[in-house]
Amino acid sequence: MHIARNWRIKKQRYSLHGEICHHCGAHVFPPRDVCPECAKPAYDPAQLSGLGEVYSFTTVYNAPEGFQTQAPYPLALIKLEEGPMLTAQLTDVDPDRVEIGMEVEMVTRKLSVEGDEGLINYGYKFRPRMAA
Amino acid sequence: MTPNPERNNSLLLQPSRPVGIVGYGVYIPRYRLPATEVSKQWTGGAGGVPIKEKAVPGLDEDTATIAIEAARNALARAGLAGRDLRAIWVGSESHPYAVKPTSTIVAEAIDAVPLLQAGDWEFACKAGTEAIIAAVGLVGSGMADYAMGIGADTAQGRPGDALEYTAAAGGAALIIGPAHEALARFEGSLSYVTDTPDFWRRPGAEYPSHGMRFTGDPAYFEHVVTAGRLLMEQMNRTAADYRYVILHQPNVKFPSRAAKMLGFKPEQVETGLLSGVIGNTYSGASLVGLTAVLDEAQPGDRILVVSFGSGAGSDAISLEVTEKIEERRHLAPTTKQYIDRRVVIDYATYLRFRGKIKMK
Ligand SMILES: [Zn+2]
Repeated sequence: MHIARNWRIKKQRYSLHGEICHHCGAHVFPPRDVCPECAKPAYDPAQLSGLGEVYSFTTVYNAPEGFQTQAPYPLALIKLEEGPMLTAQLTDVDPDRVEIGMEVEMVTRKLSVEGDEGLINYGYKFRPRMAA
Repeated sequence: MTPNPERNNSLLLQPSRPVGIVGYGVYIPRYRLPATEVSKQWTGGAGGVPIKEKAVPGLDEDTATIAIEAARNALARAGLAGRDLRAIWVGSESHPYAVKPTSTIVAEAIDAVPLLQAGDWEFACKAGTEAIIAAVGLVGSGMADYAMGIGADTAQGRPGDALEYTAAAGGAALIIGPAHEALARFEGSLSYVTDTPDFWRRPGAEYPSHGMRFTGDPAYFEHVVTAGRLLMEQMNRTAADYRYVILHQPNVKFPSRAAKMLGFKPEQVETGLLSGVIGNTYSGASLVGLTAVLDEAQPGDRILVVSFGSGAGSDAISLEVTEKIEERRHLAPTTKQYIDRRVVIDYATYLRFRGKIKMK
């Protein structure tokens, strides 16, 4: 069971809570308390905008446990506007419409469901950007 | 007996501190099931259908995810942060858990935790407006400056049941705050409830049941029309004083007929009547209609909203739009943008999306 781990990282999972380095100003995601740019301590919390673009992608056909009902789904490397790169599922998009450079935005969706009686795990995914 | 000067004898609910809607947000999933896909399955396509199509949630969507996106849109329009909210109340009949609140998931996702009221409300399709009126009370008493009420659902109909044409997914969030910050001022509300056996679902039952002959006259029309009529009487208003009316919309026919009974003309109804193109979003229905109206209303316009929940009851709410609407409505996607973001699915895909196909 991953209840404790999922609970600890829920802030970053639900809404892209990261960190900002007060030495060089780099954004850090996921939070790791060390700046990947200048290697100095970085622990000031920072809310990321959730805007980014598809850096690369693949389609998952053989999904891991808890994700099977959603397969096939596109999985992408997303470059956030603030700099950090992360891996996330794409949603609300047909797999054959995904392309490198596609502008995307973060949404909070169901990531996985632990059987009929377990927890529902929510977290970030990305979808083609809707203009406000 | 001497009259108690503290006693409020009005049938209207009006807070002592003026309040209004400071932000609103909507969410509608992108998938659409045309009603003809349903009629093909069960009637060979013969006979009429009650709507054109309904909004269906994707595999990764539920009432919590719908509520989260609507809540984020409401915060964007209000220019507030999650931490500014003193309450988040979610009304739904399809909460993801039987025990574990949807409201705390929403509160966490929009960074409103931990110092606030949170709770889930349940009253069939009226749970959302009930949460809104509670928020009006909380802010109107001065106990809080901002409170959020949400109505959201991913309604299910039994395959082959009449509800399968219309049971849809979507939701809306309203933030109630002080009237001087409002994009629409709350003028008053009136609620009308009785014990009526029109529609129910027992614990553990997957699909609802309905008392066919109860769904129309004794349930929907009795409650919606009475609540709307009494509210207007209490405020010395008639339908002509309102630019828009939004009634709970289980289909297109019921709200159209009820609006006519209340004296409204089709042009007052059409902007907020969305069930033809998104279906019945249950707790979301009247509130999603309201968001479509707020997307185009002008300062000074009056709006009447009447919800309906089976079991049964209606909340009638009177609003007046302020000049602040202009600067806020473009701060989040409009209801039309969500309606136009549309991908048609067939009946087989629908069964898969709604978990009606059991896999090993
Ligand atoms: Zn640094």
